[in-house]
Amino acid sequence: MPVDSGDTTWILISAALVMLMTPGVSLFYGGMVRRKNVLSTMMMSFAILGVIALLWVLYGYSFAFAPQGNSFIGGLGFLGLNGVGQGPSGIYATTVPHLAFMVYQGMFAIITVALITGAVVERIKFSSLLLFSVLWFTIVYCPVAHWVWGQGGWLGGLGTIDFAGGIVVHITAGASALALVKVLGPRKDYLEGKPMVAHNIPMIAIGAALLWFGWFGFNGGSALTAGGLASNAFVTTNIAGASGAVTWMIISWVQRKPTLIGVTTGAIAGLAAITPAAGYVTPLAAIPIGIVSSIIGYYCIIFRNNRRIDESLDVWAVHGMGGTWGVLAAGLFASSAINPAGPDGAIFGDGMQFVNQLAGAASVFGYSFGITLGLSKLVDKITGLRVSEHEETVGLDIAQHSETAYGGFLR
Amino acid sequence: MKRIEAIIREEKLDTVRESLTEVGYYGMTVTEVSGRGKQGGITIQWRVEDYQVHFLPKLKIEIVVLDEDVDRIVAKIMHSARTGERGDGKIFVMPVENAYRIRTGESGNDAI
Repeated sequence: MPVDSGDTTWILISAALVMLMTPGVSLFYGGMVRRKNVLSTMMMSFAILGVIALLWVLYGYSFAFAPQGNSFIGGLGFLGLNGVGQGPSGIYATTVPHLAFMVYQGMFAIITVALITGAVVERIKFSSLLLFSVLWFTIVYCPVAHWVWGQGGWLGGLGTIDFAGGIVVHITAGASALALVKVLGPRKDYLEGKPMVAHNIPMIAIGAALLWFGWFGFNGGSALTAGGLASNAFVTTNIAGASGAVTWMIISWVQRKPTLIGVTTGAIAGLAAITPAAGYVTPLAAIPIGIVSSIIGYYCIIFRNNRRIDESLDVWAVHGMGGTWGVLAAGLFASSAINPAGPDGAIFGDGMQFVNQLAGAASVFGYSFGITLGLSKLVDKITGLRVSEHEETVGLDIAQHSETAYGGFLR
Repeated sequence: MKRIEAIIREEKLDTVRESLTEVGYYGMTVTEVSGRGKQGGITIQWRVEDYQVHFLPKLKIEIVVLDEDVDRIVAKIMHSARTGERGDGKIFVMPVENAYRIRTGESGNDAI
């Protein structure tokens, strides 16, 4: 098929929108930590923005998407962008240049790795985080993207649907966040029960705004065309973000007062949940998807806290469990009237689709958790995952980066 | 000369400043400080949890006054900074050895 200029425009804009989400993550997370660690927290996302973008073109895109691989991992055909040019690939997004599809998918790989960093803030050693990120990208992200989206991937073959990355992005990041902190351990002050309060809530709100904005490209762009399906994904995305935000606001109000952290967290929970379903479900189905995701997220944070697990910024609760719910919800609410290329969910008569969704969510959760556990121990052996106790007390901005965020006259 | 140091609520700065202007004291130094008294702190929310924050933001006003004005100024601050709730703050009075105005070189009572 020839290149379609409308589709190409939308995919390139969507790629730029998704790119902006990673700095969005860095602001979202950066506001939540204490002021002595804001730069180290933001630095992780920005470093990943650079490193993963390079690895993606060198081998990541090939491992995830090249044909002639097997059902577990892609082939070597696209190494170094070999054969990835200005014409369509013929197998993916057949109306846009292969280069546009490649760079769009690269933005997903970047943000997925960046999402995990929320679990480990305020005590991970920067060099170890980099090493972990490279390994994790190579043996968790690339294979799982291949399973779900790559030609010949086994989950795609099974019939599991994941419109924009509920499995590939949110479940992998959430499950791995949990596994990584199991090895890394809690922050000293968390262990001692000291209050660790967000140092800049407006920054969190700006980050959430960039994420919500970018999510239109994340989900809308995953239609890979600029038509009705993209519009459906765009609208369901906005609805789920809204219903998640309102739900968490109410929960927070019942607890004490309606908080800005609550409303932004709820929006992200709703957006994570609609991700796998955005191009398969009706706009109104996005309302319960957002509502339930916020409720699940809220109670998962309570559960985590009661277990005294310092998965610091709740990647697992908000992204992992929100994404899991969304993957299952796609198996309930999917309608072939919305997406003729997609299946019907349990509500529209195909109960097996729900089983396929469950299989996809469970297997990727298990794989991500297990591999990350091993990787974390390996990196801990090689470079040591944590900074010293002294560095943790001083703060990672000075200890790891020789920078301070907020200057004054006396500096 | 005496130095009056008053720790007050942030929202009371304007009324305190106006009350001091009324009695002819324009000069003051104000610093943003954190501290706590018997009220102990406030509760804030973080996602699912309530946290106790031990130190509250307050303002510290420093003003150097003539000996004979001390009682009047203290009374003015007491009146204008008071809400009657816990957390209204404290006033400290301490002696000052001397004062100089940098621009003119004046010293002593002339410099304040």
